[in-house]
Amino acid sequence: MADAAIHGHEHEDNRSFFQRWFMSTNHKDIGILYLFVAGAVGFISVLFTIFMRLELMVPGVQHMCMEGFRLFGSADTCTPNGHLWNVLITAHGILMMFFVVIPALFGGFGNYFMPLQIGAPDMAFPRMNNLSFWLYVAGTSLAVCSLFVPGEAGGQAGAGTGWVLYPPLSTSGAKGMSMDFAIFAVHLSGASSILGAINMITTFLNMRAPGMTLFKVPLFAWSIFVTSWLILLSLPVLAGAITMLLMDRNFGFAFFDPAGGGDPVLYQHILWFFGHPEVYIIILPGFGIISHVIATFARKPIFGYLPMVWALIAIGVLGFVVWAHHMYTVGLSLHQQAYFMLATMVIAVPTGVKVFSWLATMWKGSIEFRVPMLWAFGFLFLFTVGGVTGVILSQAGIDRYYHDTYFVVAHFHYVMSLGAVFAIFAGIYFYIGKMSGRQYPETLGKIHFWMMFIGSNLTFFPQHFLGRQGMPRRYIDYPEPFALWNFWSTIGAFISFASFCLFIYIVYYTLTKGAKVTENNYWNEYADTLEWTLPSPPPEHTFEQLPKREDWDKGHAH
Amino acid sequence: MAHAKNHDYHIIAPSMWPMLGGISAFIMMTGGVLWMHGIDWFVFAIGFIGVLYTMFAWWSEMAAEGESADNTPVVRLGLRYGFILFIMSEVMFFFAWFWSFFKHAIYPMYDYPGTVYHKIHYHFADPLSIPLMNTLLLLLSGCAVTWAHHALVHNNDRKSLVQGLALGIALGIVFTAFQAYEYHLLLTKDGWTFGGDQFYSNFFMATGFHGLHVLIGTIFLITCLIRAINGAFTPDKHGGFEAAAWYWHFVDVVWLFLFFAVYLWGSAVMH
Repeated sequence: MADAAIHGHEHEDNRSFFQRWFMSTNHKDIGILYLFVAGAVGFISVLFTIFMRLELMVPGVQHMCMEGFRLFGSADTCTPNGHLWNVLITAHGILMMFFVVIPALFGGFGNYFMPLQIGAPDMAFPRMNNLSFWLYVAGTSLAVCSLFVPGEAGGQAGAGTGWVLYPPLSTSGAKGMSMDFAIFAVHLSGASSILGAINMITTFLNMRAPGMTLFKVPLFAWSIFVTSWLILLSLPVLAGAITMLLMDRNFGFAFFDPAGGGDPVLYQHILWFFGHPEVYIIILPGFGIISHVIATFARKPIFGYLPMVWALIAIGVLGFVVWAHHMYTVGLSLHQQAYFMLATMVIAVPTGVKVFSWLATMWKGSIEFRVPMLWAFGFLFLFTVGGVTGVILSQAGIDRYYHDTYFVVAHFHYVMSLGAVFAIFAGIYFYIGKMSGRQYPETLGKIHFWMMFIGSNLTFFPQHFLGRQGMPRRYIDYPEPFALWNFWSTIGAFISFASFCLFIYIVYYTLTKGAKVTENNYWNEYADTLEWTLPSPPPEHTFEQLPKREDWDKGHAH
Repeated sequence: MAHAKNHDYHIIAPSMWPMLGGISAFIMMTGGVLWMHGIDWFVFAIGFIGVLYTMFAWWSEMAAEGESADNTPVVRLGLRYGFILFIMSEVMFFFAWFWSFFKHAIYPMYDYPGTVYHKIHYHFADPLSIPLMNTLLLLLSGCAVTWAHHALVHNNDRKSLVQGLALGIALGIVFTAFQAYEYHLLLTKDGWTFGGDQFYSNFFMATGFHGLHVLIGTIFLITCLIRAINGAFTPDKHGGFEAAAWYWHFVDVVWLFLFFAVYLWGSAVMH
């Protein structure tokens, strides 16, 4: 290749294994570490849900018994273990929110590809980048510890408060060590994300390739930049809220204790002031990945680059002013409800700009259904379904009836479990050749997609019906009338789980036996960002010679 | 042979500190839980020492890098961006505490129908005594640090640099001492409790976290003073000192908000 010398092909990597993976200051290696750890934690978290769906398959409690776990139902008496159920839903939420999706999208893809897309040789603070990773590992370890220490003094292990950790359940309701471990886990994960955000913003502002002005930056890099701002400004507020919980729990403070003049609803406000930006933190990097995948496989430059950027920014800004739509039923005044309802619906506008721009990108494109594009299609469909049910839920009056039902569960799994996770898979199939130097097997990838698409829709679509029937969230058991759709939902979960196992095999197969990638750009000329000018996998140090304008400014793209 | 890098960014060799920091943080947090549950404090202490050692070793390395050729203008700019962003995240941390304070001050729970909580009459000390004195101390301290900064930037006047820093630090320490004395008075003379009621909770956590930041800022300034005495910092390269000064001004501003909101306004509305 003509540009081999530019990008340092022959660089000799003389780091030892320990130096490379444990003392890393390299954004690409840290990105891979993030992806692997997030994948492992994700697998654990999915196992929890499989056990939960198994329990919900038929009415009655057959598997989570005080007498012990049972994989298969039996004739012995079974005393329902509601605490275990609560612990599992809590752990599933905390792990997925803080330790799977954000680390995979923001830590993994963000670390690996944001610097490459802007032509930066590494992150602005390469050592601090690794500190983010190790704090994430430390946080994960604390979260796992919290599962194995008592939730009540002398009681069963684990905290069963739900991931939102509402008081008084999380203060006087769970006095054991478990809750404190969970709180510290979130503290460390927050510190990790804040340091990561500082790093990303600085890299984005300070290290773009010569001539790359802000509105020439690829959309994925933009999405990481906007996400970083959400993290930087919302996570410290969460740190404050859970520190208040800690003080209430252990030192007799009264932030949320009505007996001392405190207010439990205050916690909900502060939590959701973080929690709503959080859902955009989760989905925005996904938007970025999907934009590149769709442009590549429609063989057209992305439609409306500038509106796409401004939509990202608008979603980020609006995300900060809609938090109380999670709290319509706590007794907000009508004025508050009216405001939060309107503000929430406004977010549908920039989101619509994005969805229609993706559709317009594909319009009259020459679409090629490779595996990443299938996932992008899946994302578009599922995210739109989740978005539309979100508009339904944004209405305070309707939310009276849907609040805390399975309709809400279905809604947020459509945007997160299906939206964000499909974006992660799209990213993995799109980039695994670049990261590993080996290409995934096309047919297996397609089977994986269809299994996951069918499985996850079968899991979550019936939950809309259950919600409309009035089935409440967060219960271990339900009466007979809800049996039909719960059964199918569980079947869907099994199919999804099988697809996850297949995915693990696909990754293993790709890394060991996958076809070697020889070209820098193994897709087509519409994959035109800077990472596609590098060898696969890229050398240890990229852009030792900074890229020239003709390397990235293709004219047709923007 | 590796290609020579041909750009001004700083590519850093593999480093032990991040992993050591992560492990230490894990030990410290685990120890914190054990300590809070009355089991033992020494696990926490081990972790805390690990965290402190990591900070010391890491930042010593950075100070050394600051003197080397790696510290190009673009790298210095990046470090400044990074520090400003860190301060922004700190501002948002205090946002949570002020949120809680204002909520409880404006919508007190004794106004809610059916509550068992009754209005408490807090015995406030005069906000124009120690708190006002503390305000002046911190502002003066900020001035002293700015004096040191100007002496360095405009004249490379080492003597004023050291004197200004020393004065700033001394005033900061006096502030902390006054604050400790005020806590002592409130808790022993005025019948305040550490926790127990929402106002005491808000007061001690907000001013306590501010106090912690004063302490951190003071240590940061002391570090700069030692470096200045040892000949570090030039009129155009003094990122560590600049960061310390920014941090100190940030701590100042938080105090101004605390003084006007909690001490002045708070004592007026909650008396």
